[in-house]
Amino acid sequence: MEKLHVLIIGGGGTGGALAHDLILRGFRVTLVERGEVTSGTTGRHHGLVHSGGRYAVKDRESAIECIEENEVLRRIMPGSFEENDGLFVAITDEDVEYSHSFIEGCADCGIPTRRLTREQALRLEPNLNPKMRMAVQIPDATMDAMRMALRFFASAKHGGADIRPFTEVIGIRKEGNAVTGVQVTDHVHGKGYEIGADLVVNAAGPWSGKIADMVGVEVPIRPSPGVMLALRGRLCNMVVNRLAPSGDGDIIVPQRGLSVVGTTSWVVDDPDDLGLPEDHVEKMYTEGAKMIPMVRQAPFRAAWAAARPLIGPRKADADTGRELSRTFKCFDHVDEGVEGFVTITGGKATTARGMAEATADVICQKVGLEAPCRTAEEVLLPYTAYYN
Amino acid sequence: MSEREVQFKVFRYKQGQSTPRYETFTVKVDENTTVLVALQDIRRDQDPTLILRHSCHHASCGTCGMRINGQEQLACVVKVVELGTPEVVVEPLQNLPVLSDLVVDMSGFYERYTTPDMAYVRQSEFLAGAKAPEGIKAYERYENCLECGCCVSACPIAGSDDGYLGPAALAAAWRVVEEPRTGDPKYALAWADQPKGCWRCHVAFECSEVCPSQVYPGEAIMSLRKELTRRKFRRFFGRGG
Repeated sequence: MEKLHVLIIGGGGTGGALAHDLILRGFRVTLVERGEVTSGTTGRHHGLVHSGGRYAVKDRESAIECIEENEVLRRIMPGSFEENDGLFVAITDEDVEYSHSFIEGCADCGIPTRRLTREQALRLEPNLNPKMRMAVQIPDATMDAMRMALRFFASAKHGGADIRPFTEVIGIRKEGNAVTGVQVTDHVHGKGYEIGADLVVNAAGPWSGKIADMVGVEVPIRPSPGVMLALRGRLCNMVVNRLAPSGDGDIIVPQRGLSVVGTTSWVVDDPDDLGLPEDHVEKMYTEGAKMIPMVRQAPFRAAWAAARPLIGPRKADADTGRELSRTFKCFDHVDEGVEGFVTITGGKATTARGMAEATADVICQKVGLEAPCRTAEEVLLPYTAYYN
Repeated sequence: MSEREVQFKVFRYKQGQSTPRYETFTVKVDENTTVLVALQDIRRDQDPTLILRHSCHHASCGTCGMRINGQEQLACVVKVVELGTPEVVVEPLQNLPVLSDLVVDMSGFYERYTTPDMAYVRQSEFLAGAKAPEGIKAYERYENCLECGCCVSACPIAGSDDGYLGPAALAAAWRVVEEPRTGDPKYALAWADQPKGCWRCHVAFECSEVCPSQVYPGEAIMSLRKELTRRKFRRFFGRGG
């Protein structure tokens, strides 16, 4: 029997993980990405493998997704992480107070914690604010944002997936109420052509609203950017978080020879037009320095913005995006009368594999194929295999 | 924040379409606009067919290496205003095949780069219990190389001899020798010890000059030569190697 052909729009972590998953389940896969793979949101985050701690109090669904995936990723991507753990650091009385609901929330979500005294924490991380009160250790880790996602692409490609970067979707091919393929521009050769498919998956992250517009369906997506600041030198070896409800500048991630301070949150209509609000960069210094005072002295390396693909009403009144869940959702647009078109959006880099699993489950169900997911066990190829 | 207009003269090429040419775009920039952001703005507002590689936007992934006013740099950390030129010339890296516009094909680079089997240290050295394995004095963070290709582009020998292993791959080989982990130092040394290996270098040190990440490939190549010479002498005097 001829393999069913799935076309994936979007070469971020989600698209890569989905390509890998579908190949293992016996599909033929083509993936198109308008730029280089991981050039959207995927490559640009802090490089944090979430333990889920950040969401354990207010957004438990995401927290549970994070800790489950955190454990899976350590299995399937040996060598891709710095297994450095994270600290949630209490600076004020309020923070200490919050530690109780934090530890409780973590316990409910299955996230292991260890309560540390001020002295214990300072021994682990001598650069912490000496006025800190106590800390909680959790299994965060550091990853290389691009290279982690590339392992999905490498494995998918060697499994037979056709990965086409610099190939931009400019239109959708429809027959009646069914999506049957896409029109693309190949920017390497400067040529346009069509790709037919049995099923098209919209995995364009913050751009998924634009793709949905081409099809004429609704995807409730809020591109919600955050600003990050990279400083030269490693100010810490563990991931340092503020032990307080999610807020601006509440995390410092050691990334190779850099320290990345993040982040802020606002909402935009166009994910191609984020800008870089100067007051947000300043906030990274002031808030970051509350956890590690050396943030003020460390030499500047870069400041940039990346757009989260949060699920929320697309054109609602302006808000900060903080109140939106970090969970993900797969939409089968047959509910809106459109056949052959599925959207996967929301989520986080940490949960990309889980997002792919959920989407591939929907696809299998749609086409009546029984094929269990294998990506939680299959060890991925090294990222360098993507290039050869 | 003051805005000003800068001319960008950008290398353009589409496979099978036409011969390479330069195209000039006028872009509004402020003090913080990086070359990468300016190129993305061109793509968004003026020409959606312009392509380039980029990912992390903070000098960690190494994908946006290109020549800016003739100098190999990461576009994400070069501020346009700081270049101080009324026109900014942007070209793809040299000594690697151009796929289109500013995009080069990195597959040949990685083929050589991965040969010495260099390991990255991902364990954190200050964590309690993270003891260095026997034979290793301390964990060195040999994850500095971003694999951007800037050194290969700047190397005059790589430009004239495409058989030359090149600075990035030789630096990777030296790391395996200096800190053996998964790789076999003997194999890495033998690989570097070929006419097109570390002996082909003409000591221009352009590679170390342009490296955005303090890897200093030129110094690594010199260390390879010293180590190979030392081992040859030891063999000559019958002390094994």
